[in-house]
Amino acid sequence: MRVGLFVTCLVDLMRPQIGFAAIKLLEGAGYEVVVPATQTCCGQPGYNSGDRAGALALAEKVIGEFGNCDYVVAPSGSCGGMIKTHYADLIRAGHPLHAQLQALTAKTYELTDFLVNVAKLAAVPGTYAGKITYHDCCSGLRELGVKQQPRALLGSMPGVEIAEMKHCEECCGFGGTFAVKYGNISDAIVTEKCQNIQATGANAVVLGDLGCMLNIEGKLRRSGDTSTRVLHVAQVLAGES
Amino acid sequence: MQVTSMHFKARATERLADQRLQATLKKVGRGFANKRAMVVGEIAFEETREAAKERRNRALDNLDVWIEKFEENASKRGVKVLYAETTQAANALIVEIAKRHDVKMAVKSKSMVSEETGLNDALEAAGVVPVETDLGEYIVQISNDHPSHIVAPIIHVSQEEIEDLFVKVHGTPKQTDAALLTREARDILRPKFLSADMGISGGNFLIAETGSVCIVTNEGNGRMCTTMPRVHVAMTGIEKVLPTLEDFATMMRLLPRSATGQSISNYVSMLTGTRAEGEQDGPEHMYVVLVDAGRSKLLGTEFQEMLRCIRCGACMNHCPVYAKIGGHSYGWVYPGPMGSVLTPNYIGIENALDLPQAATMCGQCAVVCPVKIPLPDLMRKLREQQMDMGLRPWKERMGFRLWAWAAQRPAFYALMTKVAVRMMKTWGNAAGMIRVLPLGAGWTDYRDMPAPAGKTFREMYAARKG
Repeated sequence: MRVGLFVTCLVDLMRPQIGFAAIKLLEGAGYEVVVPATQTCCGQPGYNSGDRAGALALAEKVIGEFGNCDYVVAPSGSCGGMIKTHYADLIRAGHPLHAQLQALTAKTYELTDFLVNVAKLAAVPGTYAGKITYHDCCSGLRELGVKQQPRALLGSMPGVEIAEMKHCEECCGFGGTFAVKYGNISDAIVTEKCQNIQATGANAVVLGDLGCMLNIEGKLRRSGDTSTRVLHVAQVLAGES
Repeated sequence: MQVTSMHFKARATERLADQRLQATLKKVGRGFANKRAMVVGEIAFEETREAAKERRNRALDNLDVWIEKFEENASKRGVKVLYAETTQAANALIVEIAKRHDVKMAVKSKSMVSEETGLNDALEAAGVVPVETDLGEYIVQISNDHPSHIVAPIIHVSQEEIEDLFVKVHGTPKQTDAALLTREARDILRPKFLSADMGISGGNFLIAETGSVCIVTNEGNGRMCTTMPRVHVAMTGIEKVLPTLEDFATMMRLLPRSATGQSISNYVSMLTGTRAEGEQDGPEHMYVVLVDAGRSKLLGTEFQEMLRCIRCGACMNHCPVYAKIGGHSYGWVYPGPMGSVLTPNYIGIENALDLPQAATMCGQCAVVCPVKIPLPDLMRKLREQQMDMGLRPWKERMGFRLWAWAAQRPAFYALMTKVAVRMMKTWGNAAGMIRVLPLGAGWTDYRDMPAPAGKTFREMYAARKG
């Protein structure tokens, strides 16, 4: 079975090792992983900012690039949610790609959701020792129902102790361009998120989206916390943290 | 009400720096959300939400029919139903009613529509003294303030502030016990109820099949306002009509639970007609003023879904942005996510450019909305309108256009990103953190930007594949 990896623009630009960790996990689960070389962005930044035309063009591009895969997997609930739930708003009935979109959305998954519910992964390849806390990223949680999947996978790792933070389902204040346009409001939200993370005594916060990752890591470091690690769930599961 | 939504950024910034407000917001924090969470399990909540959505849709799809039905049945009970296309027209109608009945003082129960129209100012200008009788609204009135929440108007005020306010306004010794403070307000309000010529209320729902006005309250003041004075005026939006009592039953399963986490509010009043022969209470004259003020404009558009709103406040109670900046930052009557959709629609998109933008799109508001309004989707549609109307800064419009252009050209995109990540890597300090990001001050004024690894995934992957 061929899994098309939707790398996401932020993994591509900022943290390539997360893409390789995802490949390791998918190959380890017995899948052939293909990475369409022309992929760029799912279109969400423009879509959420009101540039519908740009978002539509990118949605059409993604549909073309991943048409020949059995599954599409993204190490992100945000980009996964864009493809799975919002493309339908851009490509409605009557659009020439509508049928292809329906096929695409049916086979698109967030990484941990895929590993648990499709691959039915028996054993996580990586090892990790320490106390972690898990931040639920908004789109994965609310658009794709990603909640227990990462916890099930992490919980199956012998060295991992999960200490839930207060309000783990609340937004970290990233919100895409919101974090730049309304920096001070975003700051107030992420400050509280960081306090909740620190209060658990975990030495790492684990999450599944790059936007939240950059926001939380950036705030922890700016506030002088150099020890709390911020890790993508794929890194921990692959043992590449 | 005066609109200050165009100053959203400045107002939000002031409130973020207001230590006292921040302490108050933190204290009330998740109170309503926690209470709601405790009662949603009492009923099949998700199924009821779906049913409520359907029932509200049915009402809105034939709104004109149901309004006429309401008028027909209310008229049979001696109620006069009046229509106001604008907020000014609504005020004029109520002032006219007050004059006709020689009203000197009017007691009011809570009505956000009256905030929309600025009714109190209009009454005062006409020589009628309006007295707010909801405890929160009373405090708002005597402190020349505005509500910052549609259900809990003084959620932004601390008890200490109320203690001082009562000393100043009532000239009484300082009380520090909440029950005694409430008693003090009650002592002031009781004679007003007894002597007012007119009572003004809102209307949570109007029932077409019975001609009833329903109000949902906790303090009992609403019942006194609507039954003791000889004249009762209910003012509400035209969208509040429900065809049947069945519909009302569905809404009532959701409204108190969503709003305050109560299975049922302390009072649910169904006001049907004037006092009839042999009845002991009820007004001699009853009017219902149905206010449009922008609502009918939404019918048949993609924003019609917003008219399902039953004003529970759950969206703001669960909003991470509202929790930090409070309701006043939004600059008009309706704060939080529902306000961010309503305000641009009612007062003009150009007067409230920030509101649909100042949301993280986390989606929690849509999850808790009892009538399943897709609030983030509606905010996104407003963002699209802003973009299409050229109301976003040119740099932003250009930026997104460039991004979309480049992202559709993989070879160019690959080259551009290769250069960008190498450059950005050099901006990072020893810990790999960028302290100042060009064009990203909104980010780096408050937090670091982790520097990129220095190579893109795609080039590393291509190299690995050989």
